[in-house]
Amino acid sequence: MMPGDKRDIIVVEDLVKRFGSFVANDHLNFRVSRGEIFGFLGANGAGKTTAIRILCGLSKPTSGKVLVAGQDVGTRPEKVKRSIGYMSQRFSLYEDLTVTENIRFYAGIYGLGPALIRERTAALLHRLELEHAADKLISSLPLGWKQKLAFSLAIFHEPAIVFLDEPTGGVDPVTRRQFWDLIYDAASKGITVFVTTHYMDEAEYCDRVCIMVDGRIEALGSPEELKARMGAADMDEVFVKLARKAIPRTEQV
Amino acid sequence: MKTAVRVWELEKRYGSTLALDGLDFSIGSGELFGFIGPDGAGKTSLFRILTTLLLPDRGGAAVLGMDVVRDLREVRKVIGYMPGRFSLYQDLSVKENLSFFATVFGTTVAENYELVRDIYGQIEPYRDRLAGKLSGGMKQKLALSCALIHRPGILILDEPTTGVDAVSRREFWDMLQRLRDEGLTILVSTPYMDEASRCDRVALMQSGRILGMDSPAAIAASFPKPLYKLRAGDMYRLYGALREFPATASVYRFGQDLHLTAGQGMIPDQDLLPYLQAQGLDDVVVAPCTPGIEDCFMELLSENQNQHDARR
Amino acid sequence: MKRFIGFVLKEFRHILRDRRTMLILFGLPVAQLIIFGYVVTNELRDISVAVVDLSRDEATAAITDKVFSSGYFILDAWYPATVDVEALFRQGDIKQVIVFGEDFAGRLQRGETADVQLLADASDANTANLVVNYTSGIIYSYLESRGAQGSMPTALVPLSHMEFNPSLMGVFMFVPGTMALILMLVSAMMTSISIAREKELGTMETLLASPLKPLQIILGKVAPYVALSIINAITIILLGYFVFGVPVKGSVVLLLAECTLFIMLALSLGIFISTISTSQQMAMFISMFALMLPTLLLSGFIFPIENMPAILQWLSYVMPPRWFIVVIKNIMIKGTGFAYVWKETLVMAGMMTLFIVLSLKNFKIRLA
Repeated sequence: MMPGDKRDIIVVEDLVKRFGSFVANDHLNFRVSRGEIFGFLGANGAGKTTAIRILCGLSKPTSGKVLVAGQDVGTRPEKVKRSIGYMSQRFSLYEDLTVTENIRFYAGIYGLGPALIRERTAALLHRLELEHAADKLISSLPLGWKQKLAFSLAIFHEPAIVFLDEPTGGVDPVTRRQFWDLIYDAASKGITVFVTTHYMDEAEYCDRVCIMVDGRIEALGSPEELKARMGAADMDEVFVKLARKAIPRTEQV
Repeated sequence: MKTAVRVWELEKRYGSTLALDGLDFSIGSGELFGFIGPDGAGKTSLFRILTTLLLPDRGGAAVLGMDVVRDLREVRKVIGYMPGRFSLYQDLSVKENLSFFATVFGTTVAENYELVRDIYGQIEPYRDRLAGKLSGGMKQKLALSCALIHRPGILILDEPTTGVDAVSRREFWDMLQRLRDEGLTILVSTPYMDEASRCDRVALMQSGRILGMDSPAAIAASFPKPLYKLRAGDMYRLYGALREFPATASVYRFGQDLHLTAGQGMIPDQDLLPYLQAQGLDDVVVAPCTPGIEDCFMELLSENQNQHDARR
Repeated sequence: MKRFIGFVLKEFRHILRDRRTMLILFGLPVAQLIIFGYVVTNELRDISVAVVDLSRDEATAAITDKVFSSGYFILDAWYPATVDVEALFRQGDIKQVIVFGEDFAGRLQRGETADVQLLADASDANTANLVVNYTSGIIYSYLESRGAQGSMPTALVPLSHMEFNPSLMGVFMFVPGTMALILMLVSAMMTSISIAREKELGTMETLLASPLKPLQIILGKVAPYVALSIINAITIILLGYFVFGVPVKGSVVLLLAECTLFIMLALSLGIFISTISTSQQMAMFISMFALMLPTLLLSGFIFPIENMPAILQWLSYVMPPRWFIVVIKNIMIKGTGFAYVWKETLVMAGMMTLFIVLSLKNFKIRLA
């Protein structure tokens, strides 16, 4: 089984990913425990997307050990994919299918039985107050609803971990907060949430935050720890202080 | 103050969706004006009408005194426009992009170099690099240089900071404020509420309507209810408790705090803290809080929703 | 003018920097010509033929001899009159059966009708047609050499190209076809894709919001492709001449002028496609289905138009390459002058005007 602490759902040791001579991930080390909300921040091109792709089993690490839900992503990516959920910025709902058709499709991918699908579909529609829209096409729904539905589908098969890649980009502040209500709900059920965002106030909502700069982890800790360490009033300031250091190097690439 | 942009009864429809729902406003010459709202608020449709790229379905608009429908050619000569996606040629170098956009407007980089010196100077060391290989922040600077190179009378920037990291965003706003100081009228749209404070005036937009329009300070001052910020060891439980609190009008997460609005009569020490203590939350810190644009936006949103519901 | 030059310069940069575009522009013509030239020729070689000879006299022997020494056919076997021809064809190897009637030489001598039947496997109509034509050509030439007034019971339509292509070299037919295909591809597809790319990347939005006029944008995008396509046409003609020995019997100036006309026609079609498509993918799709396949199938390039059903023949009239191929064949292989191709030229000019008018009507000065 899994080495190390049993509570660690993600174990990353000395992860390196190179593209030719470019080092996208430079010896990353971190662990995420079960039920944690883990924020993954960094400027564009800092290596966030590369790391997430590796954690999801979509890309092989050049070297290092990466265990997700106890499985090695390098050698058993298929096992990893079964135990995770994923939602990207361009949430992958089919615009020309109805709400229920989308649900049925995703549930089918993960091999859920018809009875279970029916039961969970009803519960999901109820929770999102979407009963009246069950047979509407996705394309006719407002952005905020699509987003909530996409998230609910990403955790529909009750994965151990859900990866959210900038899930709240471009939505209004109320919907953004409703979305975080869903994230907290999921975390309280024991689902580990791994989330990236450009909104610094959202970084404060995370249990722990990891800030990447130029392919390396520059800071890792709870928002309180990081603010105290950097002498900053809020996470925005922490981020700017860390990222500003890196600018001359980035521009030299 | 002279008027740079005037918009009247402006309506735009796409099929059955109303993208712009009867907008009326003017923007003064030399203002740095922000349109703030989420995706789908109508910001891009508005900007495309102002840049003559879309026809309004009703009403109209004038830019620097010229009608955006009738005086199409003249308007196109005076605007500097940066569309939502930085529309640079990825396979051309930094220098080639800039000189191409200069030729399109019948000028040269040398002629107007003074205008872009400040911004282009920062990326000039990389002038032979292909635009596609630039970082987000550098692309943004190049796109701005390209929009400025023909000495436009007005600058219209559609979500220039979306997808750009926090540091680059700050630098970008610094540049815009310097351009404003030189007298240029600038219209910017953004989904980031925190950028409102960088504008002279802002319009808060949602669903094709303007919820409020004023200087950021005036908008914040118009917040109708007392606002408190709260913090506790267990924020999750605090949030749950506040949602159940009878006097609560709204409670929102705000970074490391929770923001609470309550009915006028609520006195925190007398009403709120005992309630929370009874719930086992005895480490709660409550303080009055100055509302920000995001508080105002959410308040206006819920007011608007109520009106909307009432009308129905 | 400076704006225009700046635009064209930028367009050349796009083309020169994209390796794929360069490959399509210059690698493809050469590769395609060579592939068609060497591999896909519709020349006959070693076709299996069975013979049923009820006469077995010196005339049938001489004809048979001539047929099988031509190099196009090989003798499968002699069969008795009772053979089941359908069964023979069903086996698949035999493509033609030649049946000589009784007393063949005697009837020829007496000036009566000597029977010879050419039965071809029509499951491949094209080959069947060629096979019958080649065989009857050989029989005719035998009869001519005998000076006999024989009449053939089979209806024979001599293929027109046999007259002008006496050595029956297939590659001659492919040069005009390949030229039409390449010019269509390069001109129409590449321009439509490059305009659609600007729409897709959002740069068209900036161009539209600038003082550039639609005509300036279109001409700026198209000009480089005119130059490149003419270079391509010349490359193909030279390749044909030096590698395959395809002559240019007519006027080279006229040939190049017609090529230029066809290029402009293809470009105007490309522009038209770009005005109705919103993405590179869509432009590519429309180009493929509206240009490539019809050029291959309906222009007379691969399948003779005379053999098509009436409806497809009608359809082929609206295919620009059809007219171009006729013109090029006339100039290159027959060596005829403008007097023989003015009708086709007029049709192409008309089509070009139509597409230009449609494009200008369709090109939007706004986004939606």
